Amino acid sequence: MEFRLIKDKIAKHSFAALLFISLFVIAFIFIGLTSKSLPLLQNQHLGAILSESVWSPLKGSFGFLPFIMGTVWVTLISLLIAVPLCIMASVYLVEYAGKGLRTMVLPLMNVLAAIPPVLYGVWGVLFVVPILGKYVAPISGIESTGYSVFAGGIVLAVMIFPIMISIMVEVLHTIPQELKSASLSLGATKWETITKVILVKAKPGLLAAVVLGISRAFGETIAVLMVCGNVPQIPKSLFDAGYPIPALIANNFGEMMSIPLYDSALMFAALLLFVIIFGFNLISRLILNRLEGKA
Amino acid sequence: MSNVQRRLLKEKIAKAFMQLSGILITGSLFFIIGTILYKGLPHLSWEMVSQTPQGGFYIGKEGGILNAILGSLYLATLSTLLATFIGIPIAIYLDVYVKSGSFFARSCKMLFDVLFGIPSIVYGAIAFSIMVWLGIRASLLGGVITITLLTIPIVVRTIDELLKTIPIDLKRVTFSIGATRWETAKVLLKYIKPGIFTAILLAFGRAIGDVAGVLLTTGFSDNLPKYLDEPSATLPLAIFFQLSSPIPEVQGRAYASALILTFIILIIVICTHFLASKQKKHKI
Repeated sequence: MEFRLIKDKIAKHSFAALLFISLFVIAFIFIGLTSKSLPLLQNQHLGAILSESVWSPLKGSFGFLPFIMGTVWVTLISLLIAVPLCIMASVYLVEYAGKGLRTMVLPLMNVLAAIPPVLYGVWGVLFVVPILGKYVAPISGIESTGYSVFAGGIVLAVMIFPIMISIMVEVLHTIPQELKSASLSLGATKWETITKVILVKAKPGLLAAVVLGISRAFGETIAVLMVCGNVPQIPKSLFDAGYPIPALIANNFGEMMSIPLYDSALMFAALLLFVIIFGFNLISRLILNRLEGKA
Repeated sequence: MSNVQRRLLKEKIAKAFMQLSGILITGSLFFIIGTILYKGLPHLSWEMVSQTPQGGFYIGKEGGILNAILGSLYLATLSTLLATFIGIPIAIYLDVYVKSGSFFARSCKMLFDVLFGIPSIVYGAIAFSIMVWLGIRASLLGGVITITLLTIPIVVRTIDELLKTIPIDLKRVTFSIGATRWETAKVLLKYIKPGIFTAILLAFGRAIGDVAGVLLTTGFSDNLPKYLDEPSATLPLAIFFQLSSPIPEVQGRAYASALILTFIILIIVICTHFLASKQKKHKI
């Protein structure tokens, strides 16, 4: 008897230790990033860092605006492509498709989610970039290599399909059947029921899915880096090259040692990503948890 | 056209658009795999999977990618093992030892949910600066630690989801016949056994495919990985580096690596699917 209780105690304490160590690691990441980016923040004003557009570490000027704009461009393009497609497809899957189609398509989404970023990058380089450079850009009358924010946006859109679809399908499943029946019995067509009842009711959940998609797109590194061109400029059109924040970190980390404040600037970039994505994830999880509680 | 006809037409058009977007989304998967198969198959040969690159991975024309395959397998296996042994106890603790509906348990679970979304480049960056600070060079061990941190949230989340599906009666029955919480935990673990393998496979898939985390911490090497404190090649990095080479043979190695990585991922996904259906059938 004694022995069993001791075993239970040991398990309890070691499990708790593991939990607190991993919670500590998270806090440690945040503190480490902050303390490392302090030198830059003491040297320059936060507002100046975020709004300056000149990036030349050798002269000591660290303007993050081109990178922020690069990230914003690719994220927006990917959302413009992915959000309408995903909403339409998940509504179809839930409202129209039979069970057979659903059980076939949702596992395929799992495959799409499991494909590593680097393979998306390979696809982007081999397929998306040449098509944009050879066919799409000339039609619009623009000279472009294809390595552009547009290519980054397309690759990202495909990458956020699975997370958005799976959450949207779950959210749409929580809409009560009574609401749909009420609308249909009043003589509304199915499409009218969808736009005026289902989508309105599902709005917070869909928003949460989109926010999760945004945070995935924000932090995606390699796939975007491979197709985006990586020129530190503020993109002005779809076919301009861009330079998102994660790509900045990945490309420059190895060679930052000799230049003062450079490592601090890159750490600040990582901190920026961490804080923004943490916030976005937190918001969408809160929304989703509340929905789950109601259902 | 009458009002009703117009509304029905609208319905038809909307439905067509919905079908189209569904096809586009599902099609993108086949497009990606198709592109990689088309480019990679011609370069896949026995030499490719049984030799290391000769004369440098970026310029040498001979040899294969055995170093990257082994490096990736070592890295993913080690970090998945570590993440499993850390993640499962955490999930059990949050479900059995702490009152599972309590504020503490809920906020911890939420935190792991949020962590799941943190991009690997952030983990890579912080791990790299710690390694610089301690004076450790890029090595397999650095990569293993970084990837372990990355995969712990996956294991915790998946196991937690599984524990939620267990009927509450099972827990009550074991407690009521006098089991300690540790003994109850063992019963619960037995119940979700197929699901645990799913969690491990998911973590393995994420670990083997990650680039940004290993880019700064693991380095790259032409030699077979032998020791934990030496830099090692990994498949995703082999793809990333060799794809940008101007030499066609080297690019071919990148395509072949991409194909092999795709195979590994597909095998993992198929196993996961199989295990998940087994878990569903397993009910009291």
